[in-house]
Amino acid sequence: MSEAAAIVTHGLTRRFGERVAVDRLDLEIPRARVSGFLGPNGCGKSTTMRMLCGLLTPSAGEATVLGLSVPRDAETLRRRLGYMTQRFSLYEDLSVRENLEFLAAIHDLPRAAARARVDTLLAEFALAPRAGQLAGTLSGGQRQRLALAGAILHEPELLVLDEPTSAVDPQSRRDFWEALFDLAERGVTILVSTHFMDEAERCHELAILDRGRLVAAGKPQALLAALPDRVIELDSEQPRAARARLEREPAVRSAAQLGSRVRALVDPALAEPERALEGALAAAGILARARVAAPSLEDVFVAATRSRERES
Amino acid sequence: MTRFSLRRVGAVARKELLHLRRDRVTGAMIAGIPLMMTLMFGYAINQDIRHLRAGVADLSGTQHGRWLAADAQATQVVDLVRHAGSARELEGMLARGEISVGLLIPPDVEQRLVRRDRPAAQLLVDGGDPIVLGAARGLVSLPPPGWSGARAPSPLFELRAYYNPERRSAVHIVPGICGVILALTMVLFTAIAIVRERERGNLELLITTPVQSAELMVGKILPYVAIGYVQISLILGLGVLLFDLPVRGSLLDFYVAAGAFVVASLTLGLLISTLAASQFQAFQMTFTSFLPQIMLSGYMFPFDGMPRPAQWLAEIFPLTHFLRIVRGIVLRGATLADVTPELWPLGLFFAITLALAALRFRKRLD
Repeated sequence: MSEAAAIVTHGLTRRFGERVAVDRLDLEIPRARVSGFLGPNGCGKSTTMRMLCGLLTPSAGEATVLGLSVPRDAETLRRRLGYMTQRFSLYEDLSVRENLEFLAAIHDLPRAAARARVDTLLAEFALAPRAGQLAGTLSGGQRQRLALAGAILHEPELLVLDEPTSAVDPQSRRDFWEALFDLAERGVTILVSTHFMDEAERCHELAILDRGRLVAAGKPQALLAALPDRVIELDSEQPRAARARLEREPAVRSAAQLGSRVRALVDPALAEPERALEGALAAAGILARARVAAPSLEDVFVAATRSRERES
Repeated sequence: MTRFSLRRVGAVARKELLHLRRDRVTGAMIAGIPLMMTLMFGYAINQDIRHLRAGVADLSGTQHGRWLAADAQATQVVDLVRHAGSARELEGMLARGEISVGLLIPPDVEQRLVRRDRPAAQLLVDGGDPIVLGAARGLVSLPPPGWSGARAPSPLFELRAYYNPERRSAVHIVPGICGVILALTMVLFTAIAIVRERERGNLELLITTPVQSAELMVGKILPYVAIGYVQISLILGLGVLLFDLPVRGSLLDFYVAAGAFVVASLTLGLLISTLAASQFQAFQMTFTSFLPQIMLSGYMFPFDGMPRPAQWLAEIFPLTHFLRIVRGIVLRGATLADVTPELWPLGLFFAITLALAALRFRKRLD
């Protein structure tokens, strides 16, 4: 499916002085799908996206975006690419309509077409009642819709969204993702970065980044199925003590507290893990009830970044 | 690749105007700075020194002593507002800043005037102020009292001030202010234009659009060219209405020539904007460019009196050429052809700074 891929990178690397922000990244992102970059802050998501948009020059490696070599053909790519920055980057002292009209003119849309397109977008993103309002006075969700409308105004084939929902309430986030799936349905390739697990789960394809490296990639279901650990959840009156005790258990690869529960990733070789862990805790005077839980993307993320730690 | 698009230039220019319309402070600055500075400096800056506060200590108590004091008063350079009984008392007034000139008439003033071997009286001057010192020196050359009418020795030179016969300061000051205000506001407006987009995060979006550096630069300059002309017209209008500024040359010639100065200052601002990392840095750089301009352009000190290297440096500055243009066309009635020697350095300055700004501005973040 290499010909069909929207984005292909080989050994893509970016250094800022001594620091390696993106380290030998090999990616293949399919067309007309929502692909996600999952990773903590500073893992290289934004830097990778900026390189793919031609805003940063790679220190090494190569990237092909929509069949164009980046950054060499960045100017040509810009006509086919929509980019939504992490920070709201439209003009706060311009109205909603003025912002969109400015972008339409910058993209060289003929006047009549620009007017029609702006009207369509205002209606589509429920911004028509706010058309005359200054962008700086919009709510987080409205700003997000305006930014997305601005990014797709010139009908790009590829949409790159850098943490688009970090400042948005849950309902707006859901609406926003509905809009993304609509666009993917119409054939737009979408690359979105997030640190929300629920958003990551919605992606068709997922790439997990950690400190500049690609640590796991695939469909979310496949990633969950491939989790090398068993997930055990324990209810306890003393969750903090339980977690501390479990971390010293050789078969436990990681343990995290979730309110009154402790979630542990356990070596699958351990027989009857629920009984074994309950027993280990009881020996330390901690009462707990254990059960097997379904793996989540967070577990996948923890497992993937842990194996990296062992390497280094 | 992509051709230069007027539609995009227009979009950038229109956007800048919208920013200006929403930004009340900058909007007020456009008209406020020229109005305020022209009024303030037109009235306040006065290089003809008159009415310095002076004190007199007449230790002679004679007719000649009183004549001497009356002559000094008659020049209008000094106002004798204080009378002291001793030299010490006069020095005290000077030290306390009550007076800036002290006239000390010695007890033997009559003998001195007759024998003429020593100066008749002493002037005590606050030497800390060069302009006061210069004015007081003028008093020294007064003929001694008693030399009146035909008996007075005739002066070697008769001073006649061309183009400003009454030697009114406003006639010099207003054209100069016009240049100084433009050299400040034009550079400042564009100096913050790009750096502001970077600070507010707009630039990251702008550089992922097909807009070209040259389109962005031209689009950002255009609205300010119009604003520059508004400011020029305001200052000239005030000069004519309030200060009887004579406009001897063709206004059209002046507007054409002034345009070269306006665009040269605007591109200097753009260059600063591509160099500065923050709006504060842009402010600092603007003032760094502004101070040498007002000091060396001939606005503050006569150009011919400066050492050669300073003159060469000043030839680079747009303000130097604009001052010659405005004084030439407005005050002396020169034509556009007469000021051509000032136009090409401005054109060169414009071309170089614009090219540097466009080169410095990359559609990259690294």
